[in-house]
Amino acid sequence: MAEDRYQSILQQLQLRRRRRVLQVALLLLVILLCSYFVGLFDGARLLDGIPSLWLMAQESFPPDFTEWQSWLLPLLDTLAMSIVGTALALLMALPLGILAARNTSPHPLVYRFVRGILNLFRAIPELVMGILFVAAVGFGALPGVLALAFHSIGMVGKFIAEAIEHADNGPIDAVRATGATPFQVITHGVLPQVVPQVLDLALYRWEYNFRASTVMGMVGAGGIGLELMSSLRLMNYDVVAAILLLILLTVTLVDTTGAVLRKRFK
Amino acid sequence: MGFGIPMISLQQLTVTYPGASRPALLPTSLSFQAGELVVLLGASGAGKSTLLRSINMLTKPTAGKLKVNGRVIKSERSLREHRRDSAMIFQQHQLLLQQSALHNVLLGRLSYYSSLRSLLPMSVADKELALHCLERVGLLDSALERVDRLSGGQQQRVGIARALAQQPKVILADEPVASLDPVTSQQVLDLLHTLCKEDGITAIVSLHQLALAKSFAERIVALSHGEVVFDGPLSELSDSQVVSIYSQTHYSALPL
Repeated sequence: MAEDRYQSILQQLQLRRRRRVLQVALLLLVILLCSYFVGLFDGARLLDGIPSLWLMAQESFPPDFTEWQSWLLPLLDTLAMSIVGTALALLMALPLGILAARNTSPHPLVYRFVRGILNLFRAIPELVMGILFVAAVGFGALPGVLALAFHSIGMVGKFIAEAIEHADNGPIDAVRATGATPFQVITHGVLPQVVPQVLDLALYRWEYNFRASTVMGMVGAGGIGLELMSSLRLMNYDVVAAILLLILLTVTLVDTTGAVLRKRFK
Repeated sequence: MGFGIPMISLQQLTVTYPGASRPALLPTSLSFQAGELVVLLGASGAGKSTLLRSINMLTKPTAGKLKVNGRVIKSERSLREHRRDSAMIFQQHQLLLQQSALHNVLLGRLSYYSSLRSLLPMSVADKELALHCLERVGLLDSALERVDRLSGGQQQRVGIARALAQQPKVILADEPVASLDPVTSQQVLDLLHTLCKEDGITAIVSLHQLALAKSFAERIVALSHGEVVFDGPLSELSDSQVVSIYSQTHYSALPL
């Protein structure tokens, strides 16, 4: 009977729905437990915070721009750091990405090893990298650039590897069928397919690195972050507000430039 | 032909895409009667999709009138009702690939629910209707299967079941078999033909292959360069007219 078959399908459907509801309930429970654990339900403490926030807001108004001239050079530092950091990351991530893609890696061991390295780079936060490089090469923009570059390699390399793995096999086969060397297959069959995506990512990463480099100065690795940190330490919240507004302006500028360039590449 | 008010009539309907120098659909007047089966014939880019999509206003006509049962569609609400009554079948089936066949077919019932109500599960009656539609296209056993696990022909049959679930008066099918192999194409088209005949559904189906058109409909509307160049019974379509339909295109050979 058709009716019976309908009923059995509907029953299966209901079973699936019950399982889904149970899964969602479980997830909610985990979220609630974690919220309790981090103190989100501590209403009294949250309420106590409001007056302090209000005080800081009052103190940071109006923003104090009197020293704006001394911020321009550090801001330029930040911009330069983000550009060089991104370029350096891209340069090193490309070969690593090729080695970390299953279909272009010369050997499974190489693949595993390079993937591991990329994970390691990603696992170390850029601020920690900044501290390490400051210790190694001293204060200034240079350790900032290295920190941004090495942290970015992890993510950019993994992205390139994944883009290569998802490349269309058809054109790759076609290039191979012409008698091309494995190197030529990569440069002429694989890379043309991933270049647009990688350029897109590079711009996105530049925007990200600019935002990240604004805090690099906090650990002595150059840029506007140093000014920000010293004002914070002196509790000059009106100066902090002015610097933050300046950073917001430049971030918007960088993001807009990125968006315009990205449209060009398409 | 002795009918009353046509079910759908286009009066000088024109579509010009933004930035285009030439209309994709030149001023076109056509009418379709209830229960009629019509094939839109023409080469790629002739304006078949534009015509079909302007009938349910997925593409907004830039000039002219569309009348449904003698009335011009004015409000959002009457447009949605018109869309519910005129189900669409797409070339690339446009299914939610991660969802089950049943889930996709149930989308056809969506417009019978309010926005808020549709966040809750649909009624058992509608689920049974959806299963019935899947049974009619021969896919009852795959009801709970994810659509991306089905073959191309099966996916398009899910697309047909979704259209049936709307309980439409008209089916608009835009190249429904263009991405299927010849044998499957014929099967899917035969199925669509049978279902429309059984339910008395008006069907407007765009095709680019004459042979398939022959098996589907009595009335052919041929388009070339955004213009209707033939409208009449298949038997009156001469070979030279077929040549002119496909002339000045990149096709070097005639489709057979």
